[in-house]
Amino acid sequence: MRGERTEREPGQRARWSAQPLFWPAVTLAALLAISALVNPSFLRLEWVDGHLQGSLIDVVNRAAPLMLVSVGMTLVIAIRGLDISVGAVLAISAAVAAVLIGGSLDAGTAVQTSRFPMSVAIAGALGVAMLCGLWNGLLVVKTGMQPIVATLILMVAGRGIAQLITDGRIVTLYYSPYFYIGNGFLLGLPFAFCCAALVALAVHVALTRTALGLFIRSIGSNPVAARVAGVRAPLITVALYVFSALTAGVAGLIISSNVKSADGNNAGLFMELDAILAVALGGTPLTGGRFSLAGTLIGALILQTLTSMIYASGVPPEVNMVVKAALVFAVMLLQSPEFRALVRRVAFRRDAESA
Amino acid sequence: MSVEATSTRSRSDARPRRPLPRIDPRYVPLAATISLFLAMAAAGSVLYDGFFAPQVFLNLLIDNAFLCIVAVGMTFVILTGGIDLSVGAVLALTTMISAQLVERNGVSPWLVMPLVLAIGALFGAAQGYLVQRFRLQPFIVTLAGMFLARGLCYLISTESISITHPVYSAIAQARVRLGGNASLSVSAVIALAVVLCGMWLAHATRFGRTVYAIGGGEASAQLMGLPVGATVIRVYMLSGFCSALGGVVMTFYMLSGYSLHALGLELDAIAAVVIGGTLLTGGFGYVIGTLFGVLILGIIQTLIVFDGTLSSWWTRIAVGVLLFAFCLLQRLFEARRS
Repeated sequence: MRGERTEREPGQRARWSAQPLFWPAVTLAALLAISALVNPSFLRLEWVDGHLQGSLIDVVNRAAPLMLVSVGMTLVIAIRGLDISVGAVLAISAAVAAVLIGGSLDAGTAVQTSRFPMSVAIAGALGVAMLCGLWNGLLVVKTGMQPIVATLILMVAGRGIAQLITDGRIVTLYYSPYFYIGNGFLLGLPFAFCCAALVALAVHVALTRTALGLFIRSIGSNPVAARVAGVRAPLITVALYVFSALTAGVAGLIISSNVKSADGNNAGLFMELDAILAVALGGTPLTGGRFSLAGTLIGALILQTLTSMIYASGVPPEVNMVVKAALVFAVMLLQSPEFRALVRRVAFRRDAESA
Repeated sequence: MSVEATSTRSRSDARPRRPLPRIDPRYVPLAATISLFLAMAAAGSVLYDGFFAPQVFLNLLIDNAFLCIVAVGMTFVILTGGIDLSVGAVLALTTMISAQLVERNGVSPWLVMPLVLAIGALFGAAQGYLVQRFRLQPFIVTLAGMFLARGLCYLISTESISITHPVYSAIAQARVRLGGNASLSVSAVIALAVVLCGMWLAHATRFGRTVYAIGGGEASAQLMGLPVGATVIRVYMLSGFCSALGGVVMTFYMLSGYSLHALGLELDAIAAVVIGGTLLTGGFGYVIGTLFGVLILGIIQTLIVFDGTLSSWWTRIAVGVLLFAFCLLQRLFEARRS
């Protein structure tokens, strides 16, 4: 699906490599190419039972929650914020949805009725998630806490709240219409992926068709100047934290629907780290001001492709964490001006010596 | 004389005098932490039978010895305005390496312990180098460090390795008698020693003064001619060392190495430091406050255990609420200072 990125005219290389999306796209293309080389059936897509099937579809389906959360995270990071509570919010949302839908086994057969209509359950879960975001946003704006500290509070308390909601149990779901969110297909594509794509598209439109994108960039690059210029920074900041929590809430629905259960302890564990990593991989500096939505989506896909590769290659899946760590170190160093200067100096010295 | 002094205080500014009934504002957060601990201890003693016993309070230290050690290292990092998210993972890695070397490779524990401490210190120093040399955000560097350390744990083994070596079980069972039936474990004694060393380092050495100066303003510390770079690296090294020491203590406590040991410990350590009155922006705080922060986290758990009707997840919620309260207090404190 992203194969076209590899076909590039050699003459255009210089211009292309200056694009911020160039390196993330090359990384993704390289990963896909390696996967295809190792496993020739990796790129094959089949039309089975009215939807597409194949490893690529599997990757985008599994990447959907991370893509959603990363989109929210990108916007928060763009205004010099950080939301490390997304994993906990995800768990809360999943817990609320699971409890509202309820589920029980009646003499071994699943009871196919939900406690509340599914729309109420979904609205409830997303509403609670947005409340969490409102709490984060108000803490940041009203008390002036550092974002990492403000969201740390919910990160610590959130998993406790999620367990409080589910009464400390892992709630298993038996209501099959709910499974559509995480396992269903829309127009031949996984519904979860469509969901993520739709959210990303909506954000893109909102950023480019309204002044919102400009406001976000101005708050991120110089908060004082933005305020003086009349940008309503507090309102936008709160709104972005709410949006970030909302994306986490949707991801919570997808994950709980996909695994057919809600686990307050482990749902979305390390999601905040993955999301920050996806944002950084996509070329968005963590210092705010500039951001790339498309880059973030590619970053999320890179992470998922990598995970799938590691699972498929037969190496213990635990290696994943080491690989991710290496990736973060590499991306960080490449983004660091000091490191680039060092590399340049070493390279120049080599040139001077050889001349 | 004293009557005269108090009556003239409001008029003469020639001799600045500390108003007697108020405590020095610098000690307000610390005083709040200690009073909170005392209040919780008093509440527990009134509400539950058997709570007010020396061993209950000593157990706070015994059960949280590793957290205390890690939190002292974290205090120094936070004092410089940084953060270390890798502590839990480094602790787990230490338990894993210890268990692997002692149980599967038959290396002497007396060799393994210094080795893992060195590994922890080196790990921390490497993170400090990245933070300092390449101006990377401590948050991201130590996040990657956390992934790396947990990943390395899994590479050693995904299963828990139990430690049966006699040296470890002997240390685990050793108790320091304190008169009556009260006793402390070796781990708790190590934790207290770490707190004392931490206080000495922070308040009586050149290193400590540089740490506070960096937290107050890195640029001004640099202009004052202080060794900022070396100190930042040493601070992360100290935190790595403390995490490894916490790991050694954890092997005494759990008698096993496991990659999932101390999951989320970094959050508890940060919470303990913040509740102990250290500003997350750096430059202000006391190591002794961190000890009380750890004791408060411990007493929350003890209260929940004594209550019996509350479930364990209330701990996390209570810690979150306390974090919120202390962060607000910090903001008020900062607002008053500036």
